Amino acid sequence: MAQSHDAPLATPLAERHAALGARMVEFAGWLMPLQYTGILEEHRAVRARAGLFDLSHMGELFVEGQEAAAGLGYALTSDPSTLKVGRAQYSMICFPEGGILDDLIVYRLGEDRFLVVANASNAVAVSDALAERLAGRRVVLDDRSLATGLVALQGPRSAAILGPLTDVALDDLRYYAIAEGHVAGTPALIARTGYTGEDGFEMFVDMAATGRVWDVLMDAGKVEGIVPVGLGARDTLRLEAGMPLYGNELGPDSTPFEANLGRVVSLAKEGDFVGRAALEKAQADGPRKMLVGLAIRGRGIARHGYEVFAGDRRTGVVTSGTLSPTLGEPIAMAYVAPSEAEPGTILAVGIRDQRVEAEVVPLPFYRRPA
Amino acid sequence: MVPQDLRYTKEHEWVRLEGEIATIGITDYAAEQLGDIVFVELPDIGRAVSKLAAIGVIESVKAVSDLFAPVGGEVVESNAELAGAPELLNSDPFGKGWMLRIKVADAGQLDGLLDAAAYEALTAEA
Repeated sequence: MAQSHDAPLATPLAERHAALGARMVEFAGWLMPLQYTGILEEHRAVRARAGLFDLSHMGELFVEGQEAAAGLGYALTSDPSTLKVGRAQYSMICFPEGGILDDLIVYRLGEDRFLVVANASNAVAVSDALAERLAGRRVVLDDRSLATGLVALQGPRSAAILGPLTDVALDDLRYYAIAEGHVAGTPALIARTGYTGEDGFEMFVDMAATGRVWDVLMDAGKVEGIVPVGLGARDTLRLEAGMPLYGNELGPDSTPFEANLGRVVSLAKEGDFVGRAALEKAQADGPRKMLVGLAIRGRGIARHGYEVFAGDRRTGVVTSGTLSPTLGEPIAMAYVAPSEAEPGTILAVGIRDQRVEAEVVPLPFYRRPA
Repeated sequence: MVPQDLRYTKEHEWVRLEGEIATIGITDYAAEQLGDIVFVELPDIGRAVSKLAAIGVIESVKAVSDLFAPVGGEVVESNAELAGAPELLNSDPFGKGWMLRIKVADAGQLDGLLDAAAYEALTAEA
């Protein structure tokens, strides 16, 4: 199939998005729904009930073989060998210099079989890096990104909606677990993971089956008030939940430690891994900057790229910011000097020609009710 | 159909002139394009503004947009409700979502604005 390199890729749900009146946007080489009825309404629906997301643009890389665990342990910062079958871990793949190439979730499907899910914007880079780092090992890398559709159901009513449709016992599927089963008869990997801070499920299916699974979930979810949700609300939801976005909080110029994610770096694991020396040094030297949450106390919305001040001194930069639909106030994440990173510290964000007061607060901004 | 008694700009603002006072807002088309509006910044009372100058800001969830003066003059009033309820721009852009009032220096500046029919033609093409 000939494909122009310039034209963005369509997901299998393109016609459904059009029929739902979605405003589409180009993202990471894909044509994706930015919003349907509106970002605030979609955001609130996920917090209150349930939302359905088309995430077919993400990268799905299967790693299988005798040395799968060892190979991934070398390629990534975390230690996938500690994962039980059916469990997942948040991880990163770093450059040799210690900067972040991507943040990932690694799912263990079997003793020798893993699924690595990469951001759409880095899917090709991660695939290439894994191929390079796994070379010479008894392992096969099967990049099925373009053959795999991904639909995410997120919100407090998610289990109520999915339960009757699947042979996987959702009561036994813990947070950060994955099971192989079916959704309305369609084979699927069902993971209890997500990017919203709510309960929810991410379902990996054959590309050709994506439309069917979407339809079945939308239909079953109707009585619960399910809505389709675009990338706009996906961003406000993850920001409230204190989750980083590659390209904003994470990138080649940040170490996992600086992003408050030292937990994904297993320096104690056996053997070398790409970036070990640099990350050991980074940990010993201490961070050059720290990622913090900011509650904007003055009037104005802090946004990506706005500068952060401690008194008159520039101390850092906003990485993400928006008006929090749940809190009704502006929130932001920012890198600041480590000396300014303590919660309670009063800083200021430059918004156009004003300095607007902001307070360092612990993350997340929102935690779902127990 | 947009209100027939208003004048419009290519930047999707509307103007109602009563005597010397021009009331200004954005159209439903603009509000629809912007998406959910979450923040509005309006100029101070007493500020002198020139036609086409950037005089404020309208922020949606994802983006910051400039507000331009469709006519020059002095800002005499701004809608205090918008601070607490920016969503009025989405729900009632021609009514409760009015943004500010300018005492017009030169009423002739309104001659160049579009009438309702011309504005509808403009948005129909878009």
